[in-house]
Amino acid sequence: MREVLPAGHGGLLVECADLTDVMNLHRALEASRPAGVVDIVPAARTVLVTLSDGAPRAEVVAAIHAVDTRSLTETADRAEVVVPVTYDGGDLEDVAELTGIPVDEVVRRHAAADYVVAFTGFAPGFAYIAGGDPALHVPRRATPRTRVPAGSVSLAGEFTGIYPRVGPGGWQLIGRTDVVLWDLQRESPALLTPGTPVRFEAVTS
Amino acid sequence: MIEVLRAGALTTVQDLGRPGLAHLGVGRSGAVDRPSLRLANRLVGNDEGDAGLEVTFGGLSLTTTEPVIVALTGAPGAVKVNGRGRDMFAPLALAAGDVLELGMPSRGVRTYVAVRGGLAVESVLGSASTDLLSHLGPEPVRDGDRISVGEVHGDLPGVDVAPVRTLPDQVVLRVVLGPRDNWFTPDAVDDFRRGRFEATSSSDRIGVRLTGQPLTRRNADELPSEGMVEGAVQVPPDGQPVVFLADHPVTGGYPVIAVVHPADIALAAQLRPGQAVRFEVASLGR
Repeated sequence: MREVLPAGHGGLLVECADLTDVMNLHRALEASRPAGVVDIVPAARTVLVTLSDGAPRAEVVAAIHAVDTRSLTETADRAEVVVPVTYDGGDLEDVAELTGIPVDEVVRRHAAADYVVAFTGFAPGFAYIAGGDPALHVPRRATPRTRVPAGSVSLAGEFTGIYPRVGPGGWQLIGRTDVVLWDLQRESPALLTPGTPVRFEAVTS
Repeated sequence: MIEVLRAGALTTVQDLGRPGLAHLGVGRSGAVDRPSLRLANRLVGNDEGDAGLEVTFGGLSLTTTEPVIVALTGAPGAVKVNGRGRDMFAPLALAAGDVLELGMPSRGVRTYVAVRGGLAVESVLGSASTDLLSHLGPEPVRDGDRISVGEVHGDLPGVDVAPVRTLPDQVVLRVVLGPRDNWFTPDAVDDFRRGRFEATSSSDRIGVRLTGQPLTRRNADELPSEGMVEGAVQVPPDGQPVVFLADHPVTGGYPVIAVVHPADIALAAQLRPGQAVRFEVASLGR
């Protein structure tokens, strides 16, 4: 049984077994949308559910406990997003050193894996992309950069992330892409939303 | 058309924000003191969620090219029209060319200005609000900005002055403990419940930053980022809590010791630098 922690009067923080459980619970709640739910915010190990004023809290908790993610089918319905990457990031050498894997092999492995967006956050359009090669898991930089260029493809922990716009950031930069992550002119401004399958493709500059 | 003569320290356009988009990394934003914006709108016969101005520490002055009805709510300060004192918390008719001036608030931080018809500002993802964390919505208001007024769409209420609760000197925020109170030592939870904190000048629309007895954690584990709610009292490694307001990040990586009662968010949003605040732990039922 999942543990549901209070996050104030208007929130429920559901602790999940692992990232897969998070993604499954998020999909199930998105599909069933219990009455009174405003936001469903998946993260690394939790799903936050926020409620409207006067929402039937006990009923939402019951609905969360009743979700059976075993009955979920595969995500065959969502189009894969292919992200062309020029692998020339400023932290590529550090990633090679941290993992003990040569740079060209880091690139090959990063572009070979199948990914899926686990959750978003940090900034509009920033996606935590899961599913990479476990050998490429690296910590954040000890000192964050004050300015990371837009389109930077980066690693931290079990995730790949792409910076939607220029700003500060502590992830290890391995490359860059021209793909536009966030565009208010698009019907769906965020290119990558939870559940989107992703693949990275190496381009030579 | 409203013409802003002086925008003051920080004036932004705000409505009730963009709820329901957190899964895209977009926070709610909107007025940090929502009840005050709602009241201002009601006083001029608008929908409660129409866009108005959120003025931080006063200093706003504006004029109008057409007759308009405005109402000011929130942090009380001296209001003048063409140099003569006028009341807040009441509809106020301005003729074309009249100059409205708002002084420094005597209490609180943020004053709201509603204009009958609402401000006609381009909406982004369903809201005209300026989100200063995500850089969504219009830029903060600048000196010389001209802002269109929307179509009148409701009757004026027959009230002269709305009764409002005076902002207190001693602020007590009701909280529900959790979700991560067990990440703190029992002494720290005790300090949080009994201690006195002070709002600092680095507070903004993202959160009220407090200073007090540092709240120590049981261990130095890293919390995987998790969803954050408005009113969350997040405790960074320095042990000094931050109460999240409307522009808070959607997810965060520091533990939340407690969450402020929704009805007390507006009080938190009006805390002035140096002002004392306490937390009162309540159960979910209250």
